Amino acid sequence: MMQAAADIPVAAAIAVAFFVLFGAALSLIGAVGFLRLPTFYDRLHAPTLGTSWGIGGVMVASMIFFSVSASRPILHEILIGLFVTVTTPVTFMLLARAALDRDRTERNGNVPDKQEKRAPKD
Amino acid sequence: MSAIIIFTAVSLAQLMLAAAMAITAVRMFRGPRAQDRIIGLDSLYINAMLMLVTFGIGTGSVLYFEAALVIGMLGFVATVALAKFLMRGEVIE
Repeated sequence: MMQAAADIPVAAAIAVAFFVLFGAALSLIGAVGFLRLPTFYDRLHAPTLGTSWGIGGVMVASMIFFSVSASRPILHEILIGLFVTVTTPVTFMLLARAALDRDRTERNGNVPDKQEKRAPKD
Repeated sequence: MSAIIIFTAVSLAQLMLAAAMAITAVRMFRGPRAQDRIIGLDSLYINAMLMLVTFGIGTGSVLYFEAALVIGMLGFVATVALAKFLMRGEVIE
């Protein structure tokens, strides 16, 4: 199982270990915050810790590991990192708007009212 | 030496990611309203994807990368469809 890991230098192994632990720890912190924060609009912020540098750390570790063990640059993990970084704000923005819409129609919580459209200047 | 370092770090990272998946699953089952459950599902997808990438580092095989990419795309599409359903009551208008 560990044949590929045995023949990379120790400095690269330490870098891989640091980045993979960094990413996993950030994901765990984000998940704990997601469990503990009181309201939905607070909870929306916690998992983005995992989707920004959680993903980033693990992807950088994977890139270092495969590039060193194959001794040529293998950078296709950038694809996942870029994709998740671009799509997560879109989904969370949609979810926040949906939640705001539901809270307004049910009139619970202290969500702000809908802004009136400003009248066009004539 | 480097094999031991990588094995230890990857095992610890997998434990942390498994704990994160468990926590998001708790929020997904317990969440007071539908939007909490949807965000729990989205975080579960992301953590499962990170878990697959760490499996790839641990076994030294590139095969897990495609599975991680597919899981990321499916998570995005599922979350967008569910959010659209919450907002409008139907997915495609």
